[in-house]
Amino acid sequence: MSFGELRLEGVSRSFGSANALRELDLAISGQEFVALLGPSGCGKSTALNCLAGLLPLTGGSIWMDEKRIDGVAPEQRGFGMVFQNYALFPHMSVRANIGFGLKMRKVGRAEARRRVDEALRLVQLTDHAAKFPAQLSGGQQQRVAIARAVVLEPPVVLMDEPLSNLDAKLRLEMRMEIRRLHQTLGLTTVYVTHDQEEALSLADRLVVLREGSVQQIGTPEEVYAQPVNSYVASFMGYRNLLDLDVTGAVGASVTVEGEGIRLTGSGDVASGRAKVAIRPEDFVVGEFAENALDVTVEIVEYHGRELSVSARLSSGVPVYFRTDKRLAPGDTAQIGVPAERVLVFEP
Amino acid sequence: MTAVAARPALRHRLAERGIDRTLLLLVPGLLVTACLFLYPFLYGLQLSFVPREGGVLANYAKFFGDPYLRDTIWTTLGIALPATFINVLASVPIAYVMRGRVRGKRLLTTILVVPITLGTVLTAQGLIMYGGAAGWLNKVLSTLGITSEPLPLIHNYTGVVLSLVITGFPFSFLLTLSYLSGIDPSLEKAAATLGANWVQRFRRITLPLLAPGLAITFCLSFVMAFSVFPSAQLVGDPANETRVISIAAYHAAFEEYDYSMGSAVAMIMAVIMLVVIGLVMAWRGTLYRGATGGKG
Repeated sequence: MSFGELRLEGVSRSFGSANALRELDLAISGQEFVALLGPSGCGKSTALNCLAGLLPLTGGSIWMDEKRIDGVAPEQRGFGMVFQNYALFPHMSVRANIGFGLKMRKVGRAEARRRVDEALRLVQLTDHAAKFPAQLSGGQQQRVAIARAVVLEPPVVLMDEPLSNLDAKLRLEMRMEIRRLHQTLGLTTVYVTHDQEEALSLADRLVVLREGSVQQIGTPEEVYAQPVNSYVASFMGYRNLLDLDVTGAVGASVTVEGEGIRLTGSGDVASGRAKVAIRPEDFVVGEFAENALDVTVEIVEYHGRELSVSARLSSGVPVYFRTDKRLAPGDTAQIGVPAERVLVFEP
Repeated sequence: MTAVAARPALRHRLAERGIDRTLLLLVPGLLVTACLFLYPFLYGLQLSFVPREGGVLANYAKFFGDPYLRDTIWTTLGIALPATFINVLASVPIAYVMRGRVRGKRLLTTILVVPITLGTVLTAQGLIMYGGAAGWLNKVLSTLGITSEPLPLIHNYTGVVLSLVITGFPFSFLLTLSYLSGIDPSLEKAAATLGANWVQRFRRITLPLLAPGLAITFCLSFVMAFSVFPSAQLVGDPANETRVISIAAYHAAFEEYDYSMGSAVAMIMAVIMLVVIGLVMAWRGTLYRGATGGKG
């Protein structure tokens, strides 16, 4: 089942006086992979439940091309959903779990069998078809949950933090698996996560949420390189967030001072306080004419090719950077950063 | 030397089989069970085989030979089974609604559970005041001209079943509620996204996962209902319609002073309960009984 566009217009959901989701506007085109990203409590799961029809909206509307669907019951809406805890039916075999939706849709026995077999092959669980969920590992259960959702060929697949219960290695494997399924089946996927790395690596487009409000919508490149505010920046790995004063601004070039340092960065803050965001990997160790900082190394973490270093400015403010130079705690070093990688935001 | 060395080894060996000093915690419970249950039970069993007259099985032969005694089994089952079914079946939909976030849940649960604290006698008293020929209900009905004669609600079969439902329902409701709360709500959500309407969700997901719990609830409710005695006396018709098996036992033991016969009736009662429980548990054995959380 294909469609042109899934549109959310001012979708809101409140619980009592608490707004879990405020005025979410989002247009998802067919076969797109969209990730809703934010910390817990930001409204991303609420948005997903609203999309699935499991949670009625308190405002706004959802459209599928020209058809309004926010009043349609979940069983009629027919979006596939993968739950964080998988929600496999414990009293049914793997085959029965995957075939459940087909049975509800009254798909013929032979046809259902063929499609379940295909889904089992797709997630490489053919040998486990007769087992029960309790007999499977976490990764296998997750694959059953995905197969159960995609076997109906739903117009949209919703995934609610599907990898958060898996260990690190399995998470990487399943991440690729999910992207592979998305591509080979031509799915439209809405994926909820609090892990920015997961979102960046999987999605075509990211929606960053904070306390129910959209902060930024963009491609991974956009959100990664040009976060719109310090909140998105901190979420996207801009670990250095310094509170400094703006002392000069020429066009997009902004000079900030404070904590005994002076930096030139880019942004559109003309005066007053500013939040300065710099990614640890944008710092380079060495002699610099511009944006040079003298730091004292405090903690060094080994990360294979690189070291992750926590250091302090003379004022005592911590600075984080990455380098392939061998530094040791107590060393002093000069580090610098190109002006275009120093982002200056409203505080 | 060797004896000293062997002692810790023995303790370790015992500990490995789960035998250590914590087992002493079982002693009080075992003692109470032995004194208050096991001994009286075995004494009664023994007593039932020593009838006033006749051979070892004379009491049993008398019971099954006399329709007046024998039929108490059917009378009791005829009261206990419907009452149990009503209790269990009524608690499922109510618990189903009450397990989620419901406005006034605490108040409603309290109201539903209060009868459990009242005891049978108080309930029977209330029933008489409320449903008797001169009770509130019949007075209101006749004043309003809805009925010309009082509804026969008590001192008959209906009275006993009503009393058993009032006292038994809170119990089976609480049990059912706790079993239902143990079922992960995301299972039903998942079923909904897979196209199951609420009837299908209940029938295919909730009910199969709840059934083993319902079997236990049924057994416990049944045992409570089967040993019905006070309500059969107070709001029933103990000479005819509600002459239940416990009345027969009471009659034998405390009116004819034939303790041996009384014991025999009590033993027959126990066997019937065990048979019903055995049947229900055998059915339960055919069901899925694993975890009901989402992770399986």
